[in-house]
Amino acid sequence: MNKSHTLCWKFASPAAFYPLAGRMTPMFAALALLLGLAGLWIGFFVAPTDAQQGEGYRIIFVHVPASWMSMVVYCAMAFWAAVGWAFNTRLSAMMASALAPTGALFAFLSLLTGSLWGKPMWGAWWVWDARLTSELILLFLYIGFIALQASIDDPRRADRAGAVLAIVGVINVPIIYFSVKWWSTLHQGASVSLTRSPSMARAMLLGMLLMALAFWMYAIAVSLARVRNLILEREAHTDWIKNALD
Amino acid sequence: MSTLLIAMRRDLLLAARRRGEVVIALCFFIVVITLFPLGVGPEPALLQRIAPGVIWVAALLATLLGLPRLFAADHADGTLEQMALSPRQFALLVAGKVGAHWLLCGLPLVLLAPLLGLQFGLDAGTLWTLMLALLIGTPVLSLIGAVGAALTLGLRGGGVLLALLVLPLYVPTLVFGAGAVEAKAAGLSVGPQLCLLGALLVLTAFFAPWAAKGALRIALE
Repeated sequence: MNKSHTLCWKFASPAAFYPLAGRMTPMFAALALLLGLAGLWIGFFVAPTDAQQGEGYRIIFVHVPASWMSMVVYCAMAFWAAVGWAFNTRLSAMMASALAPTGALFAFLSLLTGSLWGKPMWGAWWVWDARLTSELILLFLYIGFIALQASIDDPRRADRAGAVLAIVGVINVPIIYFSVKWWSTLHQGASVSLTRSPSMARAMLLGMLLMALAFWMYAIAVSLARVRNLILEREAHTDWIKNALD
Repeated sequence: MSTLLIAMRRDLLLAARRRGEVVIALCFFIVVITLFPLGVGPEPALLQRIAPGVIWVAALLATLLGLPRLFAADHADGTLEQMALSPRQFALLVAGKVGAHWLLCGLPLVLLAPLLGLQFGLDAGTLWTLMLALLIGTPVLSLIGAVGAALTLGLRGGGVLLALLVLPLYVPTLVFGAGAVEAKAAGLSVGPQLCLLGALLVLTAFFAPWAAKGALRIALE
């Protein structure tokens, strides 16, 4: 077995991963802060005012990265849940549970900023646009996952039941997205699609990418911190926890 | 194949001894649909417009109503464990149970739908499309629902949780099912919607029994 393999298995053990996560959390948090500040600075001061939407468009720097992350986190969650189910590794399942609240937060943030953006631009807080509707359903999928795990007392059963649901969900997400997209094109006569300028100014794109990276780092930092709490909770009976906390 | 039929026959026999439950889901379906004209007003044009959506949403809810009972009784008396331990394929036994659930909960809705469509002023062609779409779509509802029922087996507040898990997954079926009926009412071709519904049926018929089997094994541990 080569070296990287053994390293991978070593950190699959909660006892080895707990201190590693403890060292990584502040690093990712600092990166999130730096990238976020840079992204916001470009978003507010460098990026030019939009020709059609004026200053109001600047919410894009939160809205679009939040929407991206809500989908990325769902895939990551399903991936760890599947790994945990297949290989019976406790840590993978804990990782899936740790990612769920962050993903739900991003989905909620995306809906919130979307409606704040929609009011001045479209004149309505909510329109039954394909993207808005499928984001709402994604939020329900997250809430379902969290609620299912919360209602099962036995953590092993909760992990596996959550894994089945996450895998079923991740297969369904594209189907739901396309069905909703098709539905909204059928229904909306006067479409209110996002009036995005055809070529985005370079500064806008840079700001958005920086914010997306900042959200990535934030998601990693928060999930690692949460997984540490889960490890403490579930491994409370072991000796190494007692030694680590002393 | 015989495994599937054995499980199906057993559930149908059990239901035949207690006929009330089937009738209750049907009554629920009718009552929900009856509430809509009372809520939105009796104008025929409006009712005709909303009929496909209303009938489909009522079908979703009526299917949901029967789902908690799909595995609950067998779980309570230990039959489910015997099924999981038996040499026969557990996934096929689960598929048989889901088939019986559809015959008892889904098929009556399909047969009753034209009558309710008539109350909403749908014409004959649209009624046929409604029946066909429900015929293809309601098995999908039962199959996806079985996964949710297996996941929530024996949990606190299982019924409400089941609705939260399953209803978002019903969205594509609702969109294509109601879309087919609306397309027919608008004089368009219904082929694409029915084909997509059929694709959903094939996909769920293949995967859902396995997922439900996995979820049941977790619940039985």
